[in-house]
Formats: sequence, C-alpha cells, structure tokens
Amino acid sequence: MKEFSIFDVVGPNMIGPSSSHTAGACRIGKAAYKMAGEDIKKVTFLLHGSFAKTYRGHGTDKALVGGILGFDPVDERIKYSFDLAREKGIEFIFQEADLGEVHSNTVKVIVEKNDGEIIELMGSSIGGGNIVVTEINGLEIEFTGEYDTLIISHVDKPGVIAKVTAVLALYDINIAFMRVYRYSKGQNAFMIIETDNEISPEIVSYIKKTIPEVPQAYLVNIK
Amino acid sequence: MNFTNGKELLDLCNKHNKRIYEVMLAKEVELSGLSEEEIRGKMRESLEIMKSAVNSGLNEEVKSLSGLIGGEGKKIKKRRDTHKPVCGLVMSKAISSAMAVLEVNAAMGRIVAAPTAGSCGIIPGTLITMQEEFGLEDEDIINALITASAIGMIITKNATVAGAEGGCQAETGSAAGMAAGAVVELMGGTPEASLSAASMCIKNILGLVCDPIAGLVEVPCQTRNAMGAANALICAEIALSGVSSIIPFDEVVDTMYKVGRSIPFELRETALGGLADTPTGRKIQKQVLGE
Repeated sequence: MKEFSIFDVVGPNMIGPSSSHTAGACRIGKAAYKMAGEDIKKVTFLLHGSFAKTYRGHGTDKALVGGILGFDPVDERIKYSFDLAREKGIEFIFQEADLGEVHSNTVKVIVEKNDGEIIELMGSSIGGGNIVVTEINGLEIEFTGEYDTLIISHVDKPGVIAKVTAVLALYDINIAFMRVYRYSKGQNAFMIIETDNEISPEIVSYIKKTIPEVPQAYLVNIK
Repeated sequence: MNFTNGKELLDLCNKHNKRIYEVMLAKEVELSGLSEEEIRGKMRESLEIMKSAVNSGLNEEVKSLSGLIGGEGKKIKKRRDTHKPVCGLVMSKAISSAMAVLEVNAAMGRIVAAPTAGSCGIIPGTLITMQEEFGLEDEDIINALITASAIGMIITKNATVAGAEGGCQAETGSAAGMAAGAVVELMGGTPEASLSAASMCIKNILGLVCDPIAGLVEVPCQTRNAMGAANALICAEIALSGVSSIIPFDEVVDTMYKVGRSIPFELRETALGGLADTPTGRKIQKQVLGE
C-alpha cells in the first residue's frame, strides 16, 4: 500500500478548478517545457477524452500553456497564460484528437522550437494532480515526475548506461528508479532515470559533454 | 509510528498519550525525513493560501470561468451585516467562507485541494471561522489541519476521496469528516470524539451522487461545500457533547467505499446524470462547452 504524505491529503496547493484537469495538465505542459527549454516557437496540444470534452470549462488549456511557460500548478499567472505566451511570441493551438487506448485525461504536446527541433510528449493526468508521461518522440516510456528525472537519449550499445551512471555516482546522486527503452536494437534509445537527489543542470551538461553516445539529455524536475 | 485505519490511530494515541496531530506528525517525520518544524512550515504555507482564498472570495470580485458562480459567499456575508443569520453566526461564517473558496477555485484562483479541489471550501471554511470566532492561534489551526490530514489519509487508503470513484459523498463527505475531526480536536475533544465526529459526517451524506453541471466544479459543488462545512460543525458539536457514533469510523469508511462503488457511472462526475442531466443542466452544458 502506498504511503501517503500529509500534503498528498491536504494538498496539492494549486490553481483551480480541478486537480486532474488543471494542476495535472499544468505539470504535463511543464514536463514538455523542461524538455524543450526556452526557445519555443509553436505548441500544438492534442486533447483526448475528457480533456477534449471539457478543457475550456476546466481551464485545462490555460494550465497547459502555463506549463509550457514553466509555471508550477500553484502559480497565479496560469490564469493569464495565453496573454503571457503571446507576449513571448509563442503560438499555441488546441485540437481534439483520438489518441487511442489511453487514459481519459490525456494530451499529446508537440513543441516546435525556433531551431527547428520538434519534441513530442504524451502524458495523462491520473488524479490529484498526479501525472504519468507515457510517450516521448513516439517512443513509449513511463515516468511520473514525482522525482527529479533524467531523460537521456543515447545510442543503444554496450557501456553507455555504465558511463551515465558513473557520472551520477561521481555527483553522489542516488538512483531511485531506472528504465531503458529503444526504438529497435542498435538504434536510438532512451534512459529514464529517477533520482532521490536533486540534479543540477551542470550534471546534465557534463553528461552531454563527456559521453559521445549521448546526443541529448533532458532534466525534468516538476515536483 | 504508522497506522492504516482509525483503530490503529486511536491505539497509538492512547498508547503514547498523544493527540491525533502528534501521531500524524511523527509518522510524517519518518516518511519524509523532514523535521516537525519543516512540516509545520509547509502547512503554514497551506494555511496562508486557505486564508487568502477565503479573503479574496469574500471581498473581491470573483467570477468562475463559465460565469455560473461568483459572489455568492459575499452575499451571505452581506446579509449578516443587516440580519441575524438563520443558522447562527459561526455556521453562517463557515458556509459563506466555504462557498467563497469554491468560487476562487472556479475562477482559477489559488487554493489547497483538501482533500480535493471540488471540496476545497469545507476545511478552510470551518477552521478559519473557528479561529476567528474562538480566538485561536495559527499554530492551533496548523495542528487541526494535520489532524484533518490523518482522517483524510485513512479514507484515501481504505476508500476514496475522488468523486469519479465514490460520488460526492467521497469528496465533500471526506472533507466534512476531516473538518469535523479537526474541530473536535481544536475544542479539546478526545481522539475518539474526533473520529466519531468524522464518522457521523460521512454517515449523514452516505450515497450523495456527483453530478456537476457541464462537468464543472461549480454547481451543485458550491452549496454542497456549504453543506459540508455545516455538517462538520453539526457533527463536531454532537461528538463534543459526548455522543459517539454507533458505527465505528473504519466501518463507516468501508461502507462509504462500497456505497460509492455501487453508484452508477452516470452519477460519478461524468456529467451524464443527476442535475447535469436536467433540461437546465443540459442547456447550460451546451452554452458552456459550445456543443
């Protein structure tokens, strides 16, 4: 049985009206922001199920854009996120979509950056502000954002995992959970590493700089 | 120091001669690795958010996203200025504050989900009213919030606090039970009396469906938050008088869960039944969702 904290019960502190449709949506948006970084040109939100049906009434749209701006679910600027995004020159579109056999509160976020890079992230809001990210760039993965999460895009060959975990050991970072995913053997792969300790951006750039088999690494800290 | 149900919580309270909040704090220290002071500090932040939500709901212009609600708590407050409240001053303040917080929530303002966003008015409505009317300190209210969280945690573990799973009884019923137990502790009642008050609250609204118009956390949620606050105060008064619940807390929680699971899908937050499926409810849904 999961152990609940006081603040799981009296909490989260959030912007209303709905922990699943507002707070959770904001965290999915923020996960996409953490992967994409600042330089965002355009974001398309594909809304599924209950998200598609009720997103206006629940402010799901504003919360998602708030997340894209890097806001936490408790940030009062969420209410004005559309204007704030426009001021930053970020274009955003909402489309109702059938994303298949997924949770009723699911959204796929497609981020286009100014340098042409495209990041796709799909996540579900599973209640109480909790989320599960289920897909990155078409690859099925899974993490919850409850821990600092490292997403390492790497080449699928021997020794790469050891190199990455050696860096974490060097910085005294304890790994709570770790999973490895790949498109197919020898192709691009992803490591999802959830840690007990906070990860600084410095560690992420060190991994990118020193391990040639890691073309890209992202830090998703959305606790 | 761990417990999973009401009986274990009471046993710990009695064995160590501790209040519910003290047991809950000790458990949280073990779980989180934070100190008691850090945990209290976090709860102080939550209390500040609750106070500011009550304040802005009662004093500022608040309008929900859909326009269905906003300003109702203020109206009740205004009537108090010129009329003797029908239900007494404490009750009147509690219900107006509970409604005001729900308005703030529906207007995309900042709240504490306690235990959910849909029931976020009940705990601040009752506890902040108690603080004002009985001249209590913030530290007392922080203890009461921790007590409330112990009750809510038992319900979360053994049943549910989600309307989609257990209907409104699970959301506003749990919030009322949490608030009632906390009020009893604030007034010096025993841990047994706290759980008795919580039991009575849930018993009182067993079976209540979740049927929000257009699926929004607005109507009938707002007045059900008022009722939750009133229910909490009623049951606290009963329990503090030495009247205990015939059915023990754990059995009430189990029953609430069983009843919740037998509520039809249409009446569990899907906006397919109940008030959402009335001619007026459907008309509003069309207007709001543009369908």
